[in-house]
Amino acid sequence: MIDKLPIPRWARRAILPIIIVPLVVLYPEYYTSLGTSQLIPTLSTAVTMTVFVCMAVGLNMVVGYAGLLDLGYVAFYAIGSYVAGWFASTQFASHSIVFGAVGVQSNAIGIHISIWLLLPVAAAMAAAAGVVIGLPTLRLRGDYLALVTLGFGEIIPQVVRNGDNMFGTGFNLTNGVAGITPIDPMGFRYLHGILPFLPDNFLLTPNLDVWFYRVGLLLVAITVFCSIRLRDSRLGRAWVALREDEIAAAAMGVPLMQVKTWAYASGAFFGGAAGCFYGVYQGGAIPDNFKLYISTLLLAMVILGGMGNVWGVCLGAAVLSYLNQQGLGAIGNTINSNFGTNIEITKYEAGLFGLLIVLMMLFRPQGLIPSSRRKAEFDVVKEEHETAGVVVG
Amino acid sequence: MATETHTARRPVLAVLPRITGLLNRAVTIALLALLVFWLAVNLVHGPGQFGSVLLIGFTNGALYALIALGYTLVYGIIELINFAHGDVFMWGTMITVSIAGTRLGLDGSQSGIVTFLGVLAAMLGAMIFCGILNPTIERVALRRLRNAPRLAPLITTLGISYILSNAAQFFYGPNYTGVGAILPSNILFLDWPAKSLIVILATIPLLLALTYVVRRTRQGKAMRAVAQDMDAARMMGVDVDRTISFTFALAGILAGAGGTLYVLEITTTRYDLGQIGLLAFTAAVLGGIGNLTGATLGALIIGLIQAFNEGLSWHAPGEQWTTSIVFSILILILVFRPQGLLGQPEADRA
Repeated sequence: MIDKLPIPRWARRAILPIIIVPLVVLYPEYYTSLGTSQLIPTLSTAVTMTVFVCMAVGLNMVVGYAGLLDLGYVAFYAIGSYVAGWFASTQFASHSIVFGAVGVQSNAIGIHISIWLLLPVAAAMAAAAGVVIGLPTLRLRGDYLALVTLGFGEIIPQVVRNGDNMFGTGFNLTNGVAGITPIDPMGFRYLHGILPFLPDNFLLTPNLDVWFYRVGLLLVAITVFCSIRLRDSRLGRAWVALREDEIAAAAMGVPLMQVKTWAYASGAFFGGAAGCFYGVYQGGAIPDNFKLYISTLLLAMVILGGMGNVWGVCLGAAVLSYLNQQGLGAIGNTINSNFGTNIEITKYEAGLFGLLIVLMMLFRPQGLIPSSRRKAEFDVVKEEHETAGVVVG
Repeated sequence: MATETHTARRPVLAVLPRITGLLNRAVTIALLALLVFWLAVNLVHGPGQFGSVLLIGFTNGALYALIALGYTLVYGIIELINFAHGDVFMWGTMITVSIAGTRLGLDGSQSGIVTFLGVLAAMLGAMIFCGILNPTIERVALRRLRNAPRLAPLITTLGISYILSNAAQFFYGPNYTGVGAILPSNILFLDWPAKSLIVILATIPLLLALTYVVRRTRQGKAMRAVAQDMDAARMMGVDVDRTISFTFALAGILAGAGGTLYVLEITTTRYDLGQIGLLAFTAAVLGGIGNLTGATLGALIIGLIQAFNEGLSWHAPGEQWTTSIVFSILILILVFRPQGLLGQPEADRA
């Protein structure tokens, strides 16, 4: 239908963004008018969704673009959160450094640095960790590489959990199982003076989630923008070449080591920033949040949306993080109250995600919104084997 | 001109690998020496404790070997890390608890022969269950993906792992479930932890049987053929699908037996036990993935390292660091010796 209408190509491409972007940006303004159903995402769910969209888009650079399976992405989330914890709390009580932080006295104990400065710092530290993880894996093939990332994803949370007494020296790096809490709030300390509508401290606004949501969206916008620009850059094309055929890419002069390391670093970069932001939003860096489950969940988001396609990944991440945070429980409650059943659907969350992954892999391995190039790859594989007379399911 | 500069630079570059090689070796020797020193001091500190820790290590190792062999068999034949394998093992422990504990009510008060038969029945039950479960997974979820991009089946096994552990949580609840101390803690008049010994002794015939199947039977020959070259094997008339199913069944049977032995040794289990599979997989990689002897050796090493770390008193990092230590070993092995201790670099396997 729509194809027949005399609409220019650019306008057709613009239709969806024109509808979706205002809907997303203005969500805090109208969500209360949607009704009181518990299925409507609350603002705090919406903030979590922005965080997971950032992380999934970051992971997509590694998995979707470069084709390197990363099963330890939660490590970058942890690093980001702990950077916020170290430099914006009373964790290091022997120091007293305050720089641009909101909500603390100028002589407060501990290190308090503006969250706006910590976001890039956390991202850079996560990227550095990404390089550290990437370097030893450069010589390895696909699945071994997945294992090393899995290993780091297990090691870093354990280090964090046991870090309240590093190597028996009594040095408290991470405050152990309790985690570092509270973390300083965000706010526009200096801009508030110039533009009074920007709040000084998010925690003192009537609905703090609104401002966190806006900052989260800003992070998403930056991440998506960088992701698309990277994809189309020389580096991004090298990633795709690497994914398609490592040997051919090397033969064409793609420096494999450099390109792989960059993939890890850039993927981790956004994970670190998102982790820092989420740590600030939750007000603490808690070791129990950093489980293998998060890595798998992020991977499921990338797969569900469509590996390699930024918009698909955004959709996948939004859907799954909504289900994870609020949706599953709400759906279960709705079913229970309407049909008089008593199912605790959240108990089956892990199994449902597992089922989702398996079904996606079996019936739609290219994801909800596949990237055109990846789709072509799947089709070629299928064709090759059909012509060879092998039955493909 | 270009060739001249090339030859002129060559000697300088040729030294580099030798230096890094020497450095690697020096670091390896230094680390091993440190390990030996640490063990020696611990031995002097408390010989009795050292002995019992050693036994625990061997028992752990035997259990890990049964799981690690499953990883190595499957990897050897279709080059896939089966992340669901640990959860198949977990189901083995659950079935054992169901049969030995709930159904037969074994709790150590029965006579020797009844206990023996009951344990045997539980073990057979677990072996049959896992021996069917594992090939079913392959048939339902993995066979269709055999020609898909490499990541697809890997991710699928991750999904299956979640399904299996969640199913166990559904049927057996979120808490630890278990049996009483079925096996006696001492034999005759000797004060010797008998159950650990029994676990080690029960592993040996299983390993011998596996070796026999792989080395001597027709099906084992087919397995080795498929592992070497799937297409060539198919052309020679090997039923590839059936051989792969058979391999999964073998892996499942070993995991089931391991599950029973685990329950005998530890007496409790829970739905998230499948994570132990990561340790076992590390063992398989350590020994050289695809190599059966290697998997057993690697499992013993990992078991001993775990026991030393958790049991020794002089400067042992302790239980809370076990995962980190094991994964650090995994990473070091992958970086410095990707083929593992006994593996051949990219040559024939299984």
